[in-house]
Amino acid sequence: MTASSIRWFWYASPQTFFPLAGTIARWCGLAAALLAAAGLYVGLFIAPTDAQQGEAYRIIFIHVPAAWMSMFLYVVMACWAALGLAFNTRLSGMMASAIAPTGALFTFIALWTGSLWGKPTWGTWWVWDARLTSELILLFLYFGFMALQAAIDDPRRADRAGAVLAIVGVVNVPIIYYSVKWWNTLHQGASVSLTRAPSMAATMLTGMLLMALAFWLYSIAVTMVRVRCIIKEREA
Amino acid sequence: MLEAARCIVYRELLLALRRRSDVATALLFFVIVASLFPLGIGAEPNLLRSIAPGVIWVAALLSSMLSLGRLFAADHADGTLEQMLLGATPLGVVALAKTFAHWLVAGLPLVAIAPLIALQYDLPAALYGVLALSLALGTPVLSMIGAIGAALTLGLRGGGVLLALLVLPLYVPVLIVGAGAVEMAAAGLGAGAQLLLLGAALVLACAFAPWAIAAALRISME
Repeated sequence: MTASSIRWFWYASPQTFFPLAGTIARWCGLAAALLAAAGLYVGLFIAPTDAQQGEAYRIIFIHVPAAWMSMFLYVVMACWAALGLAFNTRLSGMMASAIAPTGALFTFIALWTGSLWGKPTWGTWWVWDARLTSELILLFLYFGFMALQAAIDDPRRADRAGAVLAIVGVVNVPIIYYSVKWWNTLHQGASVSLTRAPSMAATMLTGMLLMALAFWLYSIAVTMVRVRCIIKEREA
Repeated sequence: MLEAARCIVYRELLLALRRRSDVATALLFFVIVASLFPLGIGAEPNLLRSIAPGVIWVAALLSSMLSLGRLFAADHADGTLEQMLLGATPLGVVALAKTFAHWLVAGLPLVAIAPLIALQYDLPAALYGVLALSLALGTPVLSMIGAIGAALTLGLRGGGVLLALLVLPLYVPVLIVGAGAVEMAAAGLGAGAQLLLLGAALVLACAFAPWAIAAALRISME
């Protein structure tokens, strides 16, 4: 009984996690590079040209996985933050602050590629669509989290204050999404919708899933590298 | 417990009464910000009428945010907050009482003065009630969300700007629903749904915000 509970928390210590993080980072980084190469090959060379949108649609191989990761990473960050508050483990807070910049990066990429796609398709860089607007607010939430942590000198207080903010934020994200969606319908009626025809060529879906997997592994790898830096900074 | 909460509210109101200019400043800020928009946009009555709900709500939101910095700062500086943390009254109750007092001082005057601004924007008189009601339901939610941010940024350098960065994205749903209520009423559709949603947000905030404020205060004070 004691042995199993010791094993459960074995990697919760930064010292034991440090070498493991290095191994995970190496393998995930390698796998991410391979998958991204495969995904980009499928997306840019094999997938057929879209009947309605022409070549411009190919941005979805970056855009959609980035948008997925941006939201998913916020939830993961809030989970680590909650774990840190509940068990008072040092590593959880480090993980949360290591994830935040990657999440903000993917949110920015999703917004940027979205507007690059919007210019040829909708004829404008930006519309106040529900998804765009809530993604923008998600970016502000990431910035708020990072700014709060940067403003606090004591790393333990920074972790715990950030944790409270991340949990408050994760409760708010669905509320923000639905209120923005509602506001959007109130203001614009039937505006441009991002929902495309459900029929999607199998190769397009393959390319997108490969890229999503690559982004996922990239996030893990980068987070591990960053958490190693944080461990070195704080524990050394 | 209720007695303690009553004492805290009384004390906060007394302090606000002694420093009347603080209250007046936030109120003046609200009036000035709302008066700047016609100067920047132009005084075309139809345009003003259509932007009025949004402008009044944004001005109210900024004004209630500006006074958040004082919510815990003075008590933090003279050690009162530490005593409140050590005291027998649950910290959540203390937080709720302080936030309620903040709303009485910073939110309620906005509700009272908003029809005056609406008059400047040529909003139909029938909408004053909806505007005041939406502000009366919405500003306490703003105070509570803001109090979480104020507790988190307690004693930090650059606290004011940081507080805005933390709190403003979280204000978005209240702003949308609150301004939406007035717009729906202006369109003749009835503001019932939005007002109910604001009420739901208020109940939700009353239930959960005190916990978050208390947790944030404990983190900031250790």
